[in-house]
Amino acid sequence: MGRYVIRRLLQMIPVFIGATLLIFLMVNVMGDPIAGLCGQRACDASTAAQLEKEFGLDKPVWQQYLTYMGNVFTGDFGTAFNGQPVTELMASAFPVTIRLTLVAIFFEIVIGITLGVITGMRRGAPVDTGVLVLTLVVISVPTFVTGLLLQLLLGVEWGWIRPSVSPGAPLDELIVPGLVLASVSLAYVTRLTRTSIAENRRADYVRTAVAKGLPRRRVVGRHLLRNSLIPVITFIGTDIGALMGGAIVTERIFNIHGVGYQLYQGILRQNTQTVVGFVTVLVLVFLVANLLVDLLYAVLDPRIRYA
Amino acid sequence: MRGVTRATRAARATAATAVALAATATACGGGGSSGGGGDGSGVVSSSWGDPQNPLEPANTNEVQGGKVLDMIFRGLKRYNAGTGAAEDMLAEKIETSDSQNFKITVKGGWKFSNGEAVTAHSFVNAWNYGASLKNNQKNAYFFGYIDGYDKVHPDSGSQSADTLSGLKVESDLTFTVKLNQKFSTFPDTLGYAAFAPLPQTFFDDRQAWLAKPVGNGPYAVDSYNRGSQMSLRAWADYPGSDKAQNGGIDLKVYTDNNTAYTDLIAGNLDLVDDIPAAQLGNVKADLGDRYINTPAGIIQTLAFPFYDKAWSDEKVLKVRQGLSRGIDRKQITDTIFHQTRTPATDWTSPVLGEDGGFKGGLCGDSCDYDPDAAKKLIDEGGGLPGGQVKISYNADTGSHKEWVDAVCNSINNALGNSEACVGNPIGTFADFRSQITQSKMSGPFRAGWQMDYPLIQNFLQPLYYTNASSNDGKWSDPDFDKLVDQANAETDQAKAVGLFQQAEEVVRDNMAAIPLWYQNGSAGYSERISNVALNQFSVPVYNEIKVG
Repeated sequence: MGRYVIRRLLQMIPVFIGATLLIFLMVNVMGDPIAGLCGQRACDASTAAQLEKEFGLDKPVWQQYLTYMGNVFTGDFGTAFNGQPVTELMASAFPVTIRLTLVAIFFEIVIGITLGVITGMRRGAPVDTGVLVLTLVVISVPTFVTGLLLQLLLGVEWGWIRPSVSPGAPLDELIVPGLVLASVSLAYVTRLTRTSIAENRRADYVRTAVAKGLPRRRVVGRHLLRNSLIPVITFIGTDIGALMGGAIVTERIFNIHGVGYQLYQGILRQNTQTVVGFVTVLVLVFLVANLLVDLLYAVLDPRIRYA
Repeated sequence: MRGVTRATRAARATAATAVALAATATACGGGGSSGGGGDGSGVVSSSWGDPQNPLEPANTNEVQGGKVLDMIFRGLKRYNAGTGAAEDMLAEKIETSDSQNFKITVKGGWKFSNGEAVTAHSFVNAWNYGASLKNNQKNAYFFGYIDGYDKVHPDSGSQSADTLSGLKVESDLTFTVKLNQKFSTFPDTLGYAAFAPLPQTFFDDRQAWLAKPVGNGPYAVDSYNRGSQMSLRAWADYPGSDKAQNGGIDLKVYTDNNTAYTDLIAGNLDLVDDIPAAQLGNVKADLGDRYINTPAGIIQTLAFPFYDKAWSDEKVLKVRQGLSRGIDRKQITDTIFHQTRTPATDWTSPVLGEDGGFKGGLCGDSCDYDPDAAKKLIDEGGGLPGGQVKISYNADTGSHKEWVDAVCNSINNALGNSEACVGNPIGTFADFRSQITQSKMSGPFRAGWQMDYPLIQNFLQPLYYTNASSNDGKWSDPDFDKLVDQANAETDQAKAVGLFQQAEEVVRDNMAAIPLWYQNGSAGYSERISNVALNQFSVPVYNEIKVG
C-alpha cells in the first residue's frame, strides 16, 4: 500500500510539469500582454520595457518558465497586473470555489445516489422512466441556460433568492449556483448508480443476504450499495477537479468571485502568472483527488489490494 | 445590512427538485440597504468592474478605476458634469503671460481625509511621482508637456533626474509650472485624474495606501476588499462645495454586466452604469424613466494601417471615402445600439459643444450613406486593396462583433459582393493592442477613443499627430501637425478652436480615419434613489445622488 502511494506520487511529477508547461506556453502564445495595459494608447517604450522587466516577460519563454516554477516552489506565485500577489487572489478565490464545489458534490451524492437507488430498484416503473427522461433533459441543456433560467425565475420573477451572490459567498446563497453547477454531473451520477444497482441486484451475495433474512435496508445499504458505488465514486472523484476548474460559467452568471472569475480575468488580461498559478493548484487538486479515489477502492472492495 | 437569510436545512435528501430545495432558502427580495428617508444618510450600491491597474492617480487609465478616483480626489480643476467646462476646484488662480509659464495658487483650507493639509507640495510630489519612469505609471505621458520630462522619463535608457525641472514650489500654496512648449489650454487639462494631489502617507507606505486609498474628495474609502467590493462613505469634514448628498457608495464588482442588470431588476442593486447591449431592447420596458442615455465624450472610428503600402497610396484615399459612404450608420445605431449611439459627422464629440469645437457635418457627404457613390469611389480608387477588407477588432468585450459584422454587411450590400468585407476577431484586448503597436494590421481596425478631458485638442492630437501615443495607423501629415502646434500656442480660445477645426479638415480631406458614431453613456437605477446623472465621461455623478 505504502509503496503504491509513493509510486503514484512520483507519477504525478511528470504530469504536473507537463500540464503547467502547456498552460504556460498557451498563455504566452497569445502575444504581449503589456500592450493591453495602456488602454487605447501605445504604452511608451520605456514604461513598457520597465513593466516587461517587472513581470519577467523580457526573458525567453523557457527561462520565464523555469524562473516561475522555481518561485512557485518557494510559495511565490508572482503578481497580477493590478499589483496584487497571486497568492492573495488565491486566498480569496479558493475558499469560495471550494464551498461551491462542496455544495455541488453534496447535491450530487445525496440527490444523485438517492435517485439512482430508487430507479435502480424499480427498473421499468413509471418513476424510473420519469427520472431517466429528466436526467436526459438536464444533460442536454447547457449549464448557462439552466443557470440563467433559474436566476430569472427564482431571482427576478419570484424573488426567492438574490440573483447574485454577495462577496462573502455564504453557504445558503450558494445553493442554487451549486445545483446549477452540479446539474449535469448529478444526472450522470443518477444514471451510473441506477445501472450499477440494477446489475448487482441479481448478484449471488445479494440473494444470500436476502435469504439470511436481513432487513431490506441493510441489504441495500451495506451489501448492494457498497459494491455498486465503485464506478460512482470514480466519477465523483474526477468531478471534484472538473467542478473547481469548470465553474467559470456558473460563477459568471451568479457573480461569484471564485477560481472561475480569477481565471477568466487572467485569461482576458493575458496575465500568465495568474492563469498558471491557478491552474497549477487545480492540477494538484485533480491529481490528489484521483489518488484518493483509487485508495478508496481498497476500502470499498477488500479484493482490490495494492501491492 | 440586508435581512438575515434563513439558513437552509436540507433535512431531507428526498427533496428531488431544484425548485423545492431553493424554496427552503428564502432570501429577502428588494434591496433594503441601510438609511434612506432622504436625510442624506442612505448608501447607494453601484456596479463596478475590477480595476486593471493599481489605483494610483497616474496609473489609472480606464473607467472603473477612474470612477473611484473621481470620488476620492479633487484636483485643481473639475469638469462641470453638465457643460464639461473646466472650473476651478482647488485652484485659487492659474496665471500665465506666455502660455508656457504658469503660476498656480492652491486654495487654503483643503485637507486629505486623514487630516493632512493639501499644499503645493501635495501636487508637485504627486506629479513628480507620476512622471518618474521608475514608478511605472501608465499615464506618465500626461506630464510630457512639463519641462524636464525627457530627463525624468527618457524614451530609452535610465532616467537622469528624479524630479521635473519645470515644477517649482514657491510657497506652501503656490508653485510654478514651466512647459517645454506653448500650450494655452494646459490649465483646462488639470481636471484629469492624473493631476490629483497625493498625501505624504502615499509616499511613506505605498502598499498600505493602495490597500486603502486616501484622498481629498467628498468620499473616503471605508473598506476595500480587492476584486469584490469597495465601500466609500461620505466624508463629514469635506471642505468643498460639492458635498455628498448620500451616506456613501458601495461599489460591487460584477464579472458580467448582465448579472448586474438582473440584480438591478430584482431590486438588489441601485445603479448600473453599463447597460448590456443585449438588454438595450427591453430596458425602457424594465425601467421606464429610470433609464438614462446621455452623450459621452466617446467616438468610435475605423483606423487604417498607413504603414502598409496598400493603404497609404495616393489613390486609395477614394477607397477610404468609398468605404465610409458604404456604411449605413443610422441603421446600425438604431437596430444594434437602440439609439445609444449617434451617427458621427465629424471627428470630435457633441459633448464639446459648438464653442468647444464640435462641428456637426464637418465630414460633409463623405459620411453620408450612399451605396452607389461608395461603389463608384472604390472603383475609381482601384478597388479594395487585396480585393477584400478585413476589419479587425477585439472580440472579448463591448459587443464589437455585432457592429463590425453590420458594417461589413452594409459595405457588402453597397458593393454587391458578399466577400468584400469580413470581420477579423482578435481574442483579447491585449493581443489586439499588441498587434496594433507592432504595426501588424493589414486592413482597417476598430479605434475607439474616450476623451481624457473635454477639449477638442484631446480628440485630435493624441490620435492624428505624427507619432502620437494613440496614432495607431501611423498617419502623418505636416499640415495637420503645423495647425495643431499653432492652435496649442494660440491664447485666444475661439481662434485656437478654429485652428483645431482646420486641422480636423485635414483629417477629413485625407480620410485618416472613418468616423462611425458618438457613443452615449447609459445607466439604469432603482426606485430607491433619485437625481442620477452621468457626466461626460459616462461616469455617474455619485455625489449628487439622493436616497429615498
